[in-house]
Amino acid sequence: MRALRKLFALVWKDLLAEFRTKELLSSMLMFALIVVVIFNFTFEAGSMATREAGPGLLWVAFTFASVLGLHRSMVHEVERGCLQGLMLAPVDRGLLFLAKAIGNIIFIFIVEIPTFLMYAIFFNLDLTTGLDKVAVVFLLGTIGFASVGTLFSAMSVNTRTREIMLPVLLFPIQVPVILSAVNATAGALAGQSWSELGNWLKLLVAFDLIFIMVCYVTFEYVLEE
Amino acid sequence: MSPAASEVASPPAIEVINLVKSFGTFYALRGISLTVPAGECVSIFGPNGAGKTTFLRILSAISRSTSGDIRINGLPLKGQSEKIRRQLGVIGHQTFLYDDLSAAENLKFYARMYDVPGTPARVTQVLEEVGLAKRANDRVRSFSRGMQQRLAIGRAMLHDPSLLFLDEPYTGLDQHAAAMLTSWLQKLRTERRTILLVTHDLIQGLAMADRVMIFLRGRIALEEKAANLEAQQFRALYFDLVAKGER
Repeated sequence: MRALRKLFALVWKDLLAEFRTKELLSSMLMFALIVVVIFNFTFEAGSMATREAGPGLLWVAFTFASVLGLHRSMVHEVERGCLQGLMLAPVDRGLLFLAKAIGNIIFIFIVEIPTFLMYAIFFNLDLTTGLDKVAVVFLLGTIGFASVGTLFSAMSVNTRTREIMLPVLLFPIQVPVILSAVNATAGALAGQSWSELGNWLKLLVAFDLIFIMVCYVTFEYVLEE
Repeated sequence: MSPAASEVASPPAIEVINLVKSFGTFYALRGISLTVPAGECVSIFGPNGAGKTTFLRILSAISRSTSGDIRINGLPLKGQSEKIRRQLGVIGHQTFLYDDLSAAENLKFYARMYDVPGTPARVTQVLEEVGLAKRANDRVRSFSRGMQQRLAIGRAMLHDPSLLFLDEPYTGLDQHAAAMLTSWLQKLRTERRTILLVTHDLIQGLAMADRVMIFLRGRIALEEKAANLEAQQFRALYFDLVAKGER
């Protein structure tokens, strides 16, 4: 119960600070929307090319905007030594990871909603079908991306070239998430059933579970070194 | 058990045996051993790079040692670090405060992290003690450096720690904050709390301490009772040791 209260306080602290400044959300959202707008100039709405490239385009916007957010959110912790302050507190370091990852998942998901709506408008998408499946795919993809991203942002934040280090470290590990998220998004938008999406969703769930556990255990070592 | 007997039985507040910390081929600490009884105030001096901050970081369980044993209040740091952290108050170069939260929100947040009972009343009390009660709802971003450091002191006091680790606590303080810190440290000394103070201020550090240590290149180059040292003599000794160490 104590751990839950601490987890809630840690997440609340991140949300409160962000909703006051909107520093993270505004830059992430701006970046994601720019990507969608630029692709809009290239592809014709409703064309075959749009249907084929659209899901990839969406995840390009999500992943790059996420990297921006993951990096900034960890820099905020380091700037005033707050990460040290948290490490000094009698809190399980795995809990620190969970809180930071939950905060990041919320921020990324908030950015994904308007980005997807903008994409739907620009590319003349029918929003009446497959929206629930798209939401599940986005959520699972975001959980996987944000969990590993939180660990790697903690790893890279103390390096000299941290802005470059994070994507360099993160993207190779994230291949299974991006691959299954793009394919599942394409399937969901094409009106496939849950069973047709099953394999991609299973892969996403498996990746999320494995990496949340790995990150939970290893976060302590990353912080202390 | 009589008070005298319990005093004899109580373990030292800090016990460090042959502590080594290396970063690759560079050795920041080369076999530090020391024992600090409960209630003692130890000032640690040394030039930059002597290993003082690394030493405090390891004792605070922020960083891992390469080898060596540490016990805090009888508990081994390896395996019991969460229990130990509950007993520690740390003031460092940085404030550990969130700029976009108010003073009260920062303290409430840390109170939750330390499971402080009666949080609202304790936060109000601490804010009054550090003279920031009127600014309780202002964001830390709007505070001067001195005010931020006062709030950082409040944050370190919040859970009433028995051990205090202070790493250059006077850095960047205005006179008001420095005076407040000094009186707070004196109060803590009268309460017989254990204090490790890392400072470059030889006179202030000596005046505050029961015992002084000089770190040089990751080793303890001098360990002496403060009562045996006179300020000017200590200054001369310090500069002599540092000059020899750098040769």
